[in-house]
Amino acid sequence: MAVSALLLSRLQFAFTVSFHIIFPSFSIGLAMWLTVLEALHLASGHQAYRVLFEFWLKIFGVAFGLGVVSGIVMAFQFGTNWSELSRISGPIQGPLLSYETFTAFALEAAFFGILMFGRSRVRPWFYLFSTAMVALGTTLSAFWIMVNNSWMQVPVGYALEHGTFVPTDWFKILFSPVVWVRFPHMLLAAYLTGAFCVAATGAWYALRGRFTAESRIMLRMGLYLAAILLPLQLVFGHLNGEYIHDDQPAKFAAVEGRWHDEQPAAEVLFAIPDPARERNRFAISIPVLGSIVGGMSLDSKEIGLTDFAAADRPPVLIPFFAFRVMVGCWLIMLVVAGAGAYLAAKGRLERNRPLLWLTFSSFGLPFIAILTGWFTAEVGRQPWVVYGVVRTADAITPFLTARAAAISLVVYCAIYTFIFTFGTAYIYRLLRDGPAAPRALPPPAVVPHLLTSVSDERHMADVLRAPAGGQP
Amino acid sequence: MIAFWLVILAVSMLIYVLLDGFDLGVGMLFGLARTEQPRLSMMSAVAPIWDGNETWLVVAGVILFGAFPLVYSTLMSAFYLPVLLMLAGLILRGVAFEFRHQAKRTRWVWGASFAAGSFVAAFMQGVMVGALVEGLPLSGGRYVGGTLGWLGPFALLCGFGLCVGYALLGACWLVRKCEGEVRAAAYRLIPPLSVAVLGFVIIVFGVALEEHLLILNRWLERPYLLICPVIAAGAAIILAVSVRRRRDGPPFYMAALTFAAAFGALAISFWPYMIPFSITIDEAAAPRASLAFMLWAGVFVFPLMLIYTATSLTVFRGKVATATDHY
Repeated sequence: MAVSALLLSRLQFAFTVSFHIIFPSFSIGLAMWLTVLEALHLASGHQAYRVLFEFWLKIFGVAFGLGVVSGIVMAFQFGTNWSELSRISGPIQGPLLSYETFTAFALEAAFFGILMFGRSRVRPWFYLFSTAMVALGTTLSAFWIMVNNSWMQVPVGYALEHGTFVPTDWFKILFSPVVWVRFPHMLLAAYLTGAFCVAATGAWYALRGRFTAESRIMLRMGLYLAAILLPLQLVFGHLNGEYIHDDQPAKFAAVEGRWHDEQPAAEVLFAIPDPARERNRFAISIPVLGSIVGGMSLDSKEIGLTDFAAADRPPVLIPFFAFRVMVGCWLIMLVVAGAGAYLAAKGRLERNRPLLWLTFSSFGLPFIAILTGWFTAEVGRQPWVVYGVVRTADAITPFLTARAAAISLVVYCAIYTFIFTFGTAYIYRLLRDGPAAPRALPPPAVVPHLLTSVSDERHMADVLRAPAGGQP
Repeated sequence: MIAFWLVILAVSMLIYVLLDGFDLGVGMLFGLARTEQPRLSMMSAVAPIWDGNETWLVVAGVILFGAFPLVYSTLMSAFYLPVLLMLAGLILRGVAFEFRHQAKRTRWVWGASFAAGSFVAAFMQGVMVGALVEGLPLSGGRYVGGTLGWLGPFALLCGFGLCVGYALLGACWLVRKCEGEVRAAAYRLIPPLSVAVLGFVIIVFGVALEEHLLILNRWLERPYLLICPVIAAGAAIILAVSVRRRRDGPPFYMAALTFAAAFGALAISFWPYMIPFSITIDEAAAPRASLAFMLWAGVFVFPLMLIYTATSLTVFRGKVATATDHY
């Protein structure tokens, strides 16, 4: 019984958190993009920015809603399924999640309402401020989640008293070097997600020959940003590898597919690891590169999985393949963004249909990269929930029955499938219809002005300042 | 420090009950509306603020996690199914706001999920409070009741009671925010809902006396608790008068005051226990280092959160303009 409740709870956590992460990673980047658009519009008075803002705001609304509701589940799941973990590590994880809620959720939620419904009720500068506050909120939320998760990856600044964690040094917890390589890694991933979704949408319109002005802006801003961020992401990806190498050697060995100690070590590019025989099949590897990647030298000794007792090893297949899929996505994105940015700079992008197709069809890559990156991090941490201190098997609610766990897993799967199906269908419809569709227009008071191409900023500001029609 | 976090927790829970109480109530009343126009008005009355309101549930949850981890882990795991159903309800009603607006043919699905989700979430909250009042089966600080240990007639009664209470808050909110048909319907609903709430309180006291619930002794030991029903009675009178005179402002405040009085009575009855009568506040509290670290958030950020909430409520004050306010 205990084993199945454990397995079901792990599946449930993996499922709910994977579902959840899709939406924040989309909305973190999107909130920043909206802030930039609104600021550009206020500064330049250029109508296309405003049209794009209103358009992406709808999509943001749907994605943000899905992120909020699936996030509430996470806040309670620690207690429902992992009561031993929350009892033992509550003194550290609880305050961190409290900070997340205090600094981020309240900020996001209050200003999200203004963003969606309040344009006619507040002054333009306050509206821009609200947009920026939503963006700040999503970023802060990501920060605290990364602090919390990084502490579970590499626990620091604690003492164990009566079997529970007691924080001894919050400075170490907050300013752990692990946090400061993982938080930027996640933030860059979120910005890349936003950039690729925006560029892909621009490419879609360019292919259909619609919304030319908006499509131009989306393609350029998306691809240029991605072309700058992708090399930077490689740097932070490498820094992540360094902390794993130093602090989580078993995870590192699993990701590298290294079963035995090697000196100098080879780098396995591709293989099919065979856990039963503790070796790789069909391996393609490059000699010495493993030592360079792992130890920054030509002859460092890199340790293998067999150094660890079987009970202390992570599963190999998921981290090994997930990592390679993530890197593969990065590589394709780099090619697309590099070529796209080059052609855009030359002014030839819109005529290059193959590349537009490629850009359009790569909107899923950042999502896949984020999910597989998290699979690598989380599955690679096993069998520990707090690395090296608390095993996942000891963290579960002791009296949780397999039946109760199965019920909740089925309920979450059913509800999430249901809302995901409709949510993506609505987002697809919004994207397909594009910026100028009648449904996607702002309050009536502003509509007549928006439809003209005259950019009389002062008039626009007056219209925005006046209360919407019918407001007492 | 423990006292500080206890106060912050109690304030957050009260804010949650009052704010999400009215929008869950509006959600349930939404199920009664038959045509599109009133439905749109009802949804617009809560659409810009529901997310902020619901955040207070997470606020209370994480304060419990951070400051009183023992209570958090015990309650969440003991209430496995009620928490699951509450979350399912909150998800279905939360997505309904945006989805219903985007939907064309399936608009009825999201109307139904809005009403049903609100009901299930409210009902489960009431069930959990009821089970807590009745006393959860705990032994040596560990929950021993099994998957359905929380289930009982008293808990179910409290589930229905809270739904009626939230519906009353919701009706009072609609009176404030809406005009025309919705306002008139809400005014008609307030008297029967008020009577139902009163009836529920009487039945709960009756059951508690019948079952000799330990919590009742508190009322004998602490006679000052009687101030709570007195406040509630005063608020109910003003509520009745303002409904009679069709004054849109006061009913919500009076319903909220009644709720606050009930909440205060409950909180004082629990003291010094957090889970009556097995885990005390001191036993549940996190180590000093955790509470001290959180203190910064409590002293500096908590007031900011109150300001955000107030800002949002101020920006969206006044009557909703039917149908034109969404985008």
